[in-house]
Amino acid sequence: MGTQTLYDKLWNAHVVRQEADGTALIYIDRHLVHEVTSPQAFEGLRLAGRKPWRIASMLAVADHNVPTTGRAQGIADPISRLQVDTLDQNCEELGITEFKMSDVRQGIVHVIGPEQGATLPGMTVVCGDSHTSTHGAFAALAFGIGTSEVEHVMATQCLLMKKAKAMRVVVDGALHKSVTAKDIALAVIGKIGTAGGTGFAIEFSGSTIRGLSMEGRMTVCNMSIEAGARAGMIAADDMTINYLKGRPFAPQGELWDKAVSYWRTLHSDDGAKFDAVVKLDAAQIKPQVTWGTSPEMVVAVDGRVPDPATMSDAVKREGAERALLYMGLKANTPIAEIKIDKVFIGSCTNARIEDLRAAAVIARGKHIAANVKLAMVVPGSGLVKRQAEQEGLDKIFIAAGFEWREPGCSMCLAMNDDKLLPGERCASTSNRNFEGRQGSGGRTHLVSPEMAAAAAIAGHFVDVSK
Amino acid sequence: MQKFTVLDGLVVPLDRANVDTDAIIPKQFLKSIKRAGFGPNLFDEWRYLDHGESGMDNSKRKPNPDFVLNQPRYQGAQILLARENFGCGSSREHAPWALEDYGFRAIIATSFADIFFNNCFKNGLLPIRLSAEQVDALFKAVAANVGYKLTIDLERQTITAPDGTVYKFEVEIFRKHCLLNGLDDISLTLQHVAEIKAYEAKRRAAQPWLFL
Repeated sequence: MGTQTLYDKLWNAHVVRQEADGTALIYIDRHLVHEVTSPQAFEGLRLAGRKPWRIASMLAVADHNVPTTGRAQGIADPISRLQVDTLDQNCEELGITEFKMSDVRQGIVHVIGPEQGATLPGMTVVCGDSHTSTHGAFAALAFGIGTSEVEHVMATQCLLMKKAKAMRVVVDGALHKSVTAKDIALAVIGKIGTAGGTGFAIEFSGSTIRGLSMEGRMTVCNMSIEAGARAGMIAADDMTINYLKGRPFAPQGELWDKAVSYWRTLHSDDGAKFDAVVKLDAAQIKPQVTWGTSPEMVVAVDGRVPDPATMSDAVKREGAERALLYMGLKANTPIAEIKIDKVFIGSCTNARIEDLRAAAVIARGKHIAANVKLAMVVPGSGLVKRQAEQEGLDKIFIAAGFEWREPGCSMCLAMNDDKLLPGERCASTSNRNFEGRQGSGGRTHLVSPEMAAAAAIAGHFVDVSK
Repeated sequence: MQKFTVLDGLVVPLDRANVDTDAIIPKQFLKSIKRAGFGPNLFDEWRYLDHGESGMDNSKRKPNPDFVLNQPRYQGAQILLARENFGCGSSREHAPWALEDYGFRAIIATSFADIFFNNCFKNGLLPIRLSAEQVDALFKAVAANVGYKLTIDLERQTITAPDGTVYKFEVEIFRKHCLLNGLDDISLTLQHVAEIKAYEAKRRAAQPWLFL
């Protein structure tokens, strides 16, 4: 076998068969399902007279369309309601475990999988959602798929794919105060670009990554797709194992011990070969703020909006000019002078308990600025919300003028009623600053939870590390 | 799935990098539980001057005359020419559904995002990677010639321009085979049921915690 990367180990353990051109049939251990990318797959299965191969591998939840207020009244938009009802019906009919909207375990699919222990080291995890890379934080091979592939996994428990190349991102050293996993992720994207990881599976390693909590590791792996990599992953260690112990879907007793001894092998061997290696010095990373309409358009908070005129590549220059026009920004404006209208703390990137705690520390005893029309905190799951309330975080946020909402994807992609109006500028802990992502004409700046909370209080971006 | 063999199609240039799937089909149209009907809302925010919602009568909306898809010379285009990292972002297969529903059969770009690239092949849509220089040359040629068409031959893996220039392109053997014959992946995989079951049984014995 020789020396293997973590990716080699995960891949090799799941090959059912391989074609001459390298296309492999890969076995899928966990299939997470949400309401937006599954109805056509269920319908396709039904039309072909097929049944899901292994129903126990599936876990479903509605997260994209759900309202974050007035849950008791149900979903007002009839089209959204039909999509959520369709998921409920499909799950009921086939006997698939689903956390419905009224269930305290409901939440964003990439928050609830790990929270329930449904994501385990050594698994292949798929979902019709690009941020499935999140689950790679548990030394799992996790990646997003399209709806045709959702149907393929349902029907065959497998996927047809070719092995990607392996990239190692090494982050070493101590982070400065208030520099977070989100800043690491944005710094990596800033360095390699949004297509830098295309064709690769990324393993994040180094002392800084090892020092992150599981929540932080999930944030980093979550953003792999924003660097173009379908999968991001981190080796299993004590932190991984301690996080999973006692979770509802995790093994127990003898099986737990057996699983743990296998999980301890899930790391890249010394001397394993990578196709690309990228190194970052943690001490050089400052709090990050995106200024444009792609996550690679990012600078440190103490920097300025770049000047497209200084860019030599014509495609990049035109992209930057278009982005500044859309964002309503002028070149060379200091980031700290950019005023915001709204704040969104939430999403599969940053809506876990640690994220809410960090934002609450900043908000405690303060109040949102007069120019901030809305600052909302949307916990990643009902259980995160309950935990935060037990710790009194909800009271801190509410006293500071934030709205405390019900769990869901919310304004990360604005499929429900939570959206920006044209021209509104938002400090957001989500993952995409694309045109129109948070609402038609809305302007998104991606930041960490601390940075978002601090921007809410100041009314503009501020350097939380100072 | 629709077969792809030889396409002689009009080319439309979309000259920007990092075109994301949110731009290809905005989120408000993802609420549909159907697979068809996304074409009228392809590139909705760029294509119309007003804000679109599902269920609207698009014939009554105001098209953006500056958007390339709305220009008379590009009506009926079947080949989309784009820059690097086309289809990045969300995994939504609604993006290739919308492109296919609009009438596109092929996309030529410098590079594609992985999930989008993969989704195209499931929908009879051929994504072709060419070098930045070749893509640049094509952008210039399209701009200079009204009615510019290209002939894409999947079997031979060639793109032939009106001036006789031939561009070779790469495509994985298995994907090519499926696209040429319009084969459905699921039925192909189900030919290997015995192997999947054998793998599963072995795994269940070695790692029973995965099957709780």
